[in-house]
Amino acid sequence: MSLLQLENLSVTFGHFRAVDNISYKVEEGEVLGIVGESGSGKSVSSLSIMGLIDFPGKVSANQLTFDNQDLQAIPEKQRRKLTGSDIAMIFQDPMTSLNPCFTVGYQIIEALKTHQGGSKKELKVRAIELLTQVGIPAPESRLDNYPHQLSGGMSQRVMIAISIACNPRLLIADEPTTALDVTIQAQIIDLLIDLQRKKQMGLVLITHDLALVAEVAHRVIVMYAGQIVESGPASEVFSTPRHPYTQALLASLPESAAGKSRLEALPGVVPGQYDRPLGCLLSPRCPYATDHCRKVEPENQGDLNRQVKCHTPLNSEGRPAA
Amino acid sequence: MNQQDIELILKADDLKQHYQVKQGLLKPNAVVKAVDGISFQLEKGKTLAVVGESGCGKSTLGRMLTMIETPTSGSLAHLGEDLLTLTKDAQKKLRQKIQIIFQNPYGSLNPRKKIGAILEEPLVINTNLSKAERKEKAISIMAKVGLKAEHYDRYPHMFSGGQRQRIAIARGLMLDPNVIVADEPVSALDVSVQAQVLNLMMDLQEEFGLSYVFISHDLSVVEHIADDVMVMYLGKVVEQGSRTQLFENPKHPYTLALLSSTPQLSPEKRRTRIKLEGELPSPLNPPSGCAFHGRCSYANDRCKSETPILRLDSNDSQEQGHLIACHAVEENRTENYTQNVA
Repeated sequence: MSLLQLENLSVTFGHFRAVDNISYKVEEGEVLGIVGESGSGKSVSSLSIMGLIDFPGKVSANQLTFDNQDLQAIPEKQRRKLTGSDIAMIFQDPMTSLNPCFTVGYQIIEALKTHQGGSKKELKVRAIELLTQVGIPAPESRLDNYPHQLSGGMSQRVMIAISIACNPRLLIADEPTTALDVTIQAQIIDLLIDLQRKKQMGLVLITHDLALVAEVAHRVIVMYAGQIVESGPASEVFSTPRHPYTQALLASLPESAAGKSRLEALPGVVPGQYDRPLGCLLSPRCPYATDHCRKVEPENQGDLNRQVKCHTPLNSEGRPAA
Repeated sequence: MNQQDIELILKADDLKQHYQVKQGLLKPNAVVKAVDGISFQLEKGKTLAVVGESGCGKSTLGRMLTMIETPTSGSLAHLGEDLLTLTKDAQKKLRQKIQIIFQNPYGSLNPRKKIGAILEEPLVINTNLSKAERKEKAISIMAKVGLKAEHYDRYPHMFSGGQRQRIAIARGLMLDPNVIVADEPVSALDVSVQAQVLNLMMDLQEEFGLSYVFISHDLSVVEHIADDVMVMYLGKVVEQGSRTQLFENPKHPYTLALLSSTPQLSPEKRRTRIKLEGELPSPLNPPSGCAFHGRCSYANDRCKSETPILRLDSNDSQEQGHLIACHAVEENRTENYTQNVA
């Protein structure tokens, strides 16, 4: 049984489908990368797993289970116990996700107190232990610091300390390094992967940085306009993409173009609320689109290990199969 | 002034920007050396990339080049004319030739003005063109950057991020500049849109013979677009050279660390990760000697006490114009650079 299993999860805001029938699962000890451009529904889908979608957003799914517990069926109180302890999340901007009015120590202890309890002394010892784990020097003195006294990398380390405080089994990291510099990004990713291996957590890494996912993820999901267009083992998806969108994303990276040549840019932008096309959502931007693509929405093809949502998936030479 | 200097679009010599920071009532003011002695030359039609982490002074450099801020000391020449000693009127004329594109297209366009008004504003201020001529000019530039004529009467909120950045580029082009300072022009954009904007910038460079000062922290973008690269650390240049020198034969430990920290798509291109401990030190209280010594694995006592000077690599006479500021490189203490992960 998988740690987390989603089947046909949708999130709607009024008439707008931010997430459109996505299914995936995360195993224990697995790093799953979710990539896509802004507006593709990566963050909304993970917020819905955390139960953080507020009215007017509506979450519906055929199946949404974590560790054999149906997250839609269990009472609100029980679900609240899961979020923050067994399922934890790290947000994109560490500077704004920490509360500026409270000390770092208070915020770490708050998470511990809510889920585990213990005496003041024990909690403080545990908080220091956590700060040591995430590599913060002189943790005792840092407990009394306010977030504004920390740099971006330090704040993100504190966020990670809070999220792993209750030994989660699933950690969702939503663009954990986007706001950070490359050398700090490397430190934070190394830390996350290290913790993930030690604790055998499931890690969902949401990012728009394809190269980052290629380096650390076991499996990868490519999202476009709320749908999963391709999924599979990271090495396969990046070496032989089967969906035209994945291919185009990879081709638009500067490192794919030799020297000072033009980049292969996909024309247009991700469709929003009012300009969703009929049929395949990529059809207005896809170089291989046919009339059939513009009318009929494609089904998922392939087995669970490697799926692609396209009428004419690309073959190993990167051309559409007839 | 010799002939060669006159052909250089921009020539900066020992540019410095020091800020006085108040420490409190009784303490003396501290000095933050945001940019501390930077020299470079930019030729027509070339791109100089400035790379570094946040807080290294790359944006301050951009603001000095566009004369938004006046440097504390140093000289800056545009086509052989010193920008800093000119009269106000002459400066105003020259300002037109150096334009800037900002990072965030959501913040850099006035939400209450139509695109037409945004694009024409530089013309209203700096030229005597009639209303009809201004509109004609705006529409022709809009066509050049891939916007349609009907966008003229729209407001910024009606555009996507990529289109807004096109508007920002169009605004930069309105006064026929020959230098564009692009301060992180694509870092707020998605990859597919980033590719569109980079293509546009390269096309415009070819068409108008523009020179770019391209400020970025993304090394893969820099590798794609730059002719020359300058790596900055805490207000100083640590390594400077052509794109091939920097990316194929990087020498400075900081450049190596930056390159190895950048995630790579293809496994063959991945480099052995050089772990950098700690973070950028505070510019209020910079380390003695080489500013990088606290994070550098090659640092020794000399690095801690003596500030390295940017100079040619003496061990490699083949390299033309490849400047490095590092004692370890000079003393040949660094290991050979390896591209592949073992």
